[in-house]
Amino acid sequence: MNIEVRAKDHAQQSKLSIIDCDFHPRLTHEQMKPFLTNQWWSYLQTYGNRQRHGQAKGYNYPKIVPQASRRDAWPPSGGPPGSDVDFCREQHLDFYGIDYGILTPLGSSTGNGDQNVELSIALASAANEGQLAYWTAKEPRLKPSIVVPYEDGVASAAEVRKRAANNEFKQVFLLSKIAEAHGRKRYWPIYEAAAEAGLPVGIHAFGYGGWPLTNSGYPSFYIEEMTEHATGAQAMVTSMIMEGIFERWPELKIVLIECGFGWLPALGWRLDKHWKRLKDEVPHLKMAPSEYIRKHIWVTTQPMEETENPDHLLEVMNWIGMDRIMFSSDYPHWDFDDPFVSLPPSLTDEQRRMIYSGNARALYRLD
Amino acid sequence: MTDVLTEVGAIDCDVHPTVPDNKALLPYLEEFWRDSVVSRGINSLESISYPTRSPLTSRPEWRGKDGFAATDPRDLAAQVFDRWQAGTAILNCLYGVQLVYNEDMAKAFCSALNDYIAREWLDRDPRLRASIVIPMQNVEYAVDEIERCAKDKRFVQVLVLAMQEVPLGRRHFWPVYAAAIRHRLPIGIHAGSAYRNPVTALGWPTWYIEDYAAQAQGFQSQVASLITEGAFAKHPELKIVLLESGVTWLPAFLWRFGKFWRGLRTEVPWVDRAPWEIVRDHFRLTIQPLDAPDDPHAVERAIEHLRSDDILLYASDYPHWQFDGDNVMPAGISPALRRKIAIDNPLATYARLKEDAR
Repeated sequence: MNIEVRAKDHAQQSKLSIIDCDFHPRLTHEQMKPFLTNQWWSYLQTYGNRQRHGQAKGYNYPKIVPQASRRDAWPPSGGPPGSDVDFCREQHLDFYGIDYGILTPLGSSTGNGDQNVELSIALASAANEGQLAYWTAKEPRLKPSIVVPYEDGVASAAEVRKRAANNEFKQVFLLSKIAEAHGRKRYWPIYEAAAEAGLPVGIHAFGYGGWPLTNSGYPSFYIEEMTEHATGAQAMVTSMIMEGIFERWPELKIVLIECGFGWLPALGWRLDKHWKRLKDEVPHLKMAPSEYIRKHIWVTTQPMEETENPDHLLEVMNWIGMDRIMFSSDYPHWDFDDPFVSLPPSLTDEQRRMIYSGNARALYRLD
Repeated sequence: MTDVLTEVGAIDCDVHPTVPDNKALLPYLEEFWRDSVVSRGINSLESISYPTRSPLTSRPEWRGKDGFAATDPRDLAAQVFDRWQAGTAILNCLYGVQLVYNEDMAKAFCSALNDYIAREWLDRDPRLRASIVIPMQNVEYAVDEIERCAKDKRFVQVLVLAMQEVPLGRRHFWPVYAAAIRHRLPIGIHAGSAYRNPVTALGWPTWYIEDYAAQAQGFQSQVASLITEGAFAKHPELKIVLLESGVTWLPAFLWRFGKFWRGLRTEVPWVDRAPWEIVRDHFRLTIQPLDAPDDPHAVERAIEHLRSDDILLYASDYPHWQFDGDNVMPAGISPALRRKIAIDNPLATYARLKEDAR
């Protein structure tokens, strides 16, 4: 009730344009069927997805709520959260007056990180067809991402090239927890294809690469899984810089989605500091690590770091660059950030405009 | 001597004596292991966390002809006490005893290492103190080693590595923490890995600089683990010192962790206050390296984000090459805070420093 009143007030007070850079459509396995061969459909019925954590139907870190989703996000039509376009439109897009949402499909139906790479290849292609058929055809404000079977770099590049001709696709999409660090050579064909297509590469937190979540082994709790996405992302950014992919593809743009951003300046400081001593090991770097971060990396806001002193958050945002931060809600998940209240109130109007829509509009070439 | 950012009488909480190879430990090994070292050709346990010739491992001018630095207490004293004017220094020996898989071998090497440190270092300079290196491969052995060494009051801390086989909060480690508390010893977690897991959550990286950078992630995970498992709820007196952690990752880590704690605290109900409050009460961090730009204003801001004057401890990290010249204390720290970091905070952290040695 309260939210509704606030929404109305807000709509009257300002016409701030909002682009949501992390909107999760739920693609069900059933929805994949028309885009799969009989062989793969039958395979899925018999053996199912086999992700690198062992659970056939759940997770070793059970979510805090079913489907990790807001309790009010279950549509009256009966499907899972994020599966009903009309309900999502009403509850999210129209409610907040969102101009565009970038689709970020997760879940085993997209084939991400399956032990069977051939199945991943088939499901990634199906997920791309599914975004068009079930989502963008019905709601043009939503823009699809190119799901790739990332553990096979060459097949991923082929999928990027196949989809890039369709301007609806706004980024290449992969996950943060994969079998090797993102700078490693096996993934280079993905970056090459993305650079060639002029598309950013969006990397969303999560995935199952088969390694413990920490470099000290498996932690026990879901709260640690959520917290550790940031440490994994630190290793990911470190790898991309140190392997030289930004020297190889100078136009490459990376978007960190739901990885947090507060850690990024301190990571840049650490890499710069120790690079000064160790630069003879990585002569292929032509500038300080933090300069690659500044030039090549964008971040999305959710889960917005919550500081004790609000000025500290602003300071961190300034260190990253207000032109690199893009709003995201993570709808329909439980840790959803409300577009109306999650950004620090002391941002200037211009900064709000950039973060809510301007930066994403430029990066994704929307309009 | 302009810009010498040291403090007279400071307590240097992180210096590293170097064990060049296993020959140094032979006199301190039991006969069976002494024979094994010789007959099996177990020459060295040097860890890839600090390759001898890596620039980070030592400043060039401190190295001997063999490439090793800090192999003798006199070398260390000349720099840490004479040049930088510290009054006390705590030896944290980084020799790869944590790497071996055989629990009995790990125990033997830890005991030999601690005895070697007592005889060859502590006995030779009364200003030195040390950490007890323990075999975390086996919790009973680890507790035994604490009990054995704690009789010597010059041991002021228990030392473990940032990257273990499993996270440090896990309950089967708790007897180690109980033993440390019994003897008024903080647990020092130092950069380094037992290499039971890849040093990143994305597998084994290509370059050494990635390995070193990943230490900061190990520290974050250990803070999260110790808090979420309830180690401080169970052991309110437990104190943890993060050694050579880089420091500046801490605020943003706590913002994220704190946000998820608000949302997910039902999963870990024994965590009954915000993580940053727990960290301020139970954790301390040594000041080198301080991962920040050289600009004193940036240093000031980064330290302000910690929101605590009690949390930092003076350390040179000798002989690791973390800074140039004599700027042990990074520029940008106020004189009053420098005094706290150099003396007051270490004294408040290491209970045994206030007791008479022996």
